Amino acid sequence: MEQLIIKTYCHIKNNHVYINGQPAFDYPEANSMHDFLKKAFKHFKPGYAKFYKMDDISKLGFLASEVILKDKPNQNCAPEDVGIVISNSQSTLVTDTEFQASIEDDDHFFPSPSVFVYTLPNIMMGEISIRHGFRGENAFYIFENFNANFVADYINQLFLSQKLKACIGGWVDQSSESYEAFIYWADDQKDGIPAIEHSGNEIERLYNLIR
Amino acid sequence: MHMAFFVADNIISPLGFTTADNFFALAKGLTGIDIINDTKIYPETFPAAMIQPRSLNNAFENIPTTTTFTHLEKMLLLSVSDAINKTTIDIKSPKTGIILSTTKGNIDLLAPDQQNKFEKERVQLWRLAQVIAGYFGNPNQPIVISNACISGVLAINVAAMLIHEGKFDHIIVIGGDIVSRFVVSGFMSFMSLSPKACKPFDKERDGLSLGEAASTIILSKDKTGKNNIRYLGGASANDANHISGPSRTGEGSFIAIKKAMEEANVTPHQIDHISAHGTATPYNDEMESIAIDRHQLNKAPVNSLKGSFGHTLGAAGLVETAILLEEMRNNMLLKTVGFSELGVSRKINVVNQTTNHELKTCLKMASGFGGSNAAMVIQKA
Repeated sequence: MEQLIIKTYCHIKNNHVYINGQPAFDYPEANSMHDFLKKAFKHFKPGYAKFYKMDDISKLGFLASEVILKDKPNQNCAPEDVGIVISNSQSTLVTDTEFQASIEDDDHFFPSPSVFVYTLPNIMMGEISIRHGFRGENAFYIFENFNANFVADYINQLFLSQKLKACIGGWVDQSSESYEAFIYWADDQKDGIPAIEHSGNEIERLYNLIR
Repeated sequence: MHMAFFVADNIISPLGFTTADNFFALAKGLTGIDIINDTKIYPETFPAAMIQPRSLNNAFENIPTTTTFTHLEKMLLLSVSDAINKTTIDIKSPKTGIILSTTKGNIDLLAPDQQNKFEKERVQLWRLAQVIAGYFGNPNQPIVISNACISGVLAINVAAMLIHEGKFDHIIVIGGDIVSRFVVSGFMSFMSLSPKACKPFDKERDGLSLGEAASTIILSKDKTGKNNIRYLGGASANDANHISGPSRTGEGSFIAIKKAMEEANVTPHQIDHISAHGTATPYNDEMESIAIDRHQLNKAPVNSLKGSFGHTLGAAGLVETAILLEEMRNNMLLKTVGFSELGVSRKINVVNQTTNHELKTCLKMASGFGGSNAAMVIQKA
C-alpha cells in the first residue's frame, strides 16, 4: 500500500543545527536566538533577503525547512500536492509580547504592521510556501507538548484522501527562555534512501533524537 | 465521501446568544457593528461588533460555576453549553472530541492591568482549550487550530476528517476571538479597518470591521432527528504569494474550492449558494470574485456576513457556517449587509435582498493572512 516515508529531518536547538540527527552547524557563543539564526542562515547560504524581515520564530521554522529542502526532495510533486503541518506550544507569544509593548500606553503608541503580521503562527508556513511555491494543505496546531501521533495521523489521513503527496511536518516553538525546531520532509517516492515510516512512533523517536 | 452530520450549533455575538436569535436579527437586516468609544481599546473611536460585558455576564449567571473566567472564556462556555444542550451527546465521553479555533485567544491578558488576574499561562491557546474542555469534563486532549482567518473552516474540515477516520463519534468545534487593543491596533496599523461599518463586495468598500464572537458547531457520525445537513468535502491551500495580501489570481482559494468540490463529488452547477469570506478589504473581495469566476460559479448567490458580525477572526468560519446551516434549514438567502453596488472586477451574484430560495448544496470560503485559504461543501439530504 502507498504510504508516506520520512526522507530527511532537521533539529535546531541550543545554538546547534542537526541534519538527519548529525551535527551540521553550531555557534555556542551566540548571545541570543536571533544572533544564532542569523549566523546559521549565513552558514547555509540560501541567499534569500526576505529572511531578515521575518520575526524570530518564522526565521527558525524557515531555516529548518531550508536546511532539509536544500537538495530539493520535491521535484516530482505538483505545488498543490505539498502540504505543511506545523505545531507548537507558545503560538507567537514572544512576538505578541513585542507588539504588546508598542501599544501599551497612548503616549507611546507605535504599533508596527510588520510586527503585527507575525503575531499569527501560520505566517511561517506562508513564508515557506512563498519560498518554494508550495500550494497544498496548511494547518497550524497548538498543543501543550509535541503530539507526534496526532500530526502523523492527520498528515497520513490527508495523504489517504489524496489531498497531499508530500508534506513538511514538525514542531517549531519559541518561549522567552528557549527555542526548538524539528522539521521533516515526507513523501511517497521510494528512492533507495533507508525508509523511515511516517508514523507517530517514528516521528516521536526522531523528535527525541536530539535532547 | 464523508459521513459527518451537522447536529447542533450556537453563535454568541452582539446580535444574540443563540443561532436562532442571530439568524432572526440577520433576517431583519440588523448589524452588530457600532461605533466604539473606548480608549482602553483604541485611542480613537472605531466601528466594531462588540459584546457588552453586562449582557454577557447576565447570560453567564445561568452557567453553574464558582470559578472566574475571562471575557472570551465566558463567551465560549455559553456557546458550548447552548449547543450541547440541544443534543444527547455525552461531552464526557472519550469518543467526543473538542477542537478550538482561535487566532489570539486570551490575548487581552497581556495588558498590564490584566496580568495579575489569571495565572500566567492562561494566555496560552492550549491552556484556554484546557479550561473549556476541563469545565465540561471532557477527557480528551483538546486540539487547537490557529491558522489566521481560515481557522474556523479548517477546524470543521479537520473535525469531519477525524469522524470519518473513526477517531471520534462526535466533535465539538468551538471558535472564538475578541476585539482587543492588540488586534484593533494591529489592523489599524495595517490601515485595513474601514472608518465606517464595512461594505463587502461593494464599489465603495474600503476595509474591514472587526467583531467578537464565539460559535460552536457539533459534528457527528450519526444523523439525528431533523438535522439532515452533512459535510461533503473540504480543503485548504496556500497562495504562495504574499504573507499579508491575497493572490491576485485567487490561486489558493481556487485550489481549495477545486479540491473541496472534488472530494464532495459535486460540480459547479450544483452549488446553490456561496458563503464567502468577504472581509470588505479591496483585495480580499476582488480575489474571491476571481476564484468564484474561475470556477464559473458566477450565477450562485454569494453573501458575506462581515457587515453583520464584523470580522470575528478565529470564530468567523464557524459563525458563518452556523448561519449558512440556518439559511439551508429555512431555504432562505440572507442579504449582504453593507452591499449596494458590485465593486469587484468579475460578475458575481451578490445577494442584496433577503429572499426565500431552495438550498441544497452550498460552498463556504475563507481566506487569511499567511496566504491561507480554505473551502468546504455541505449538503442537505
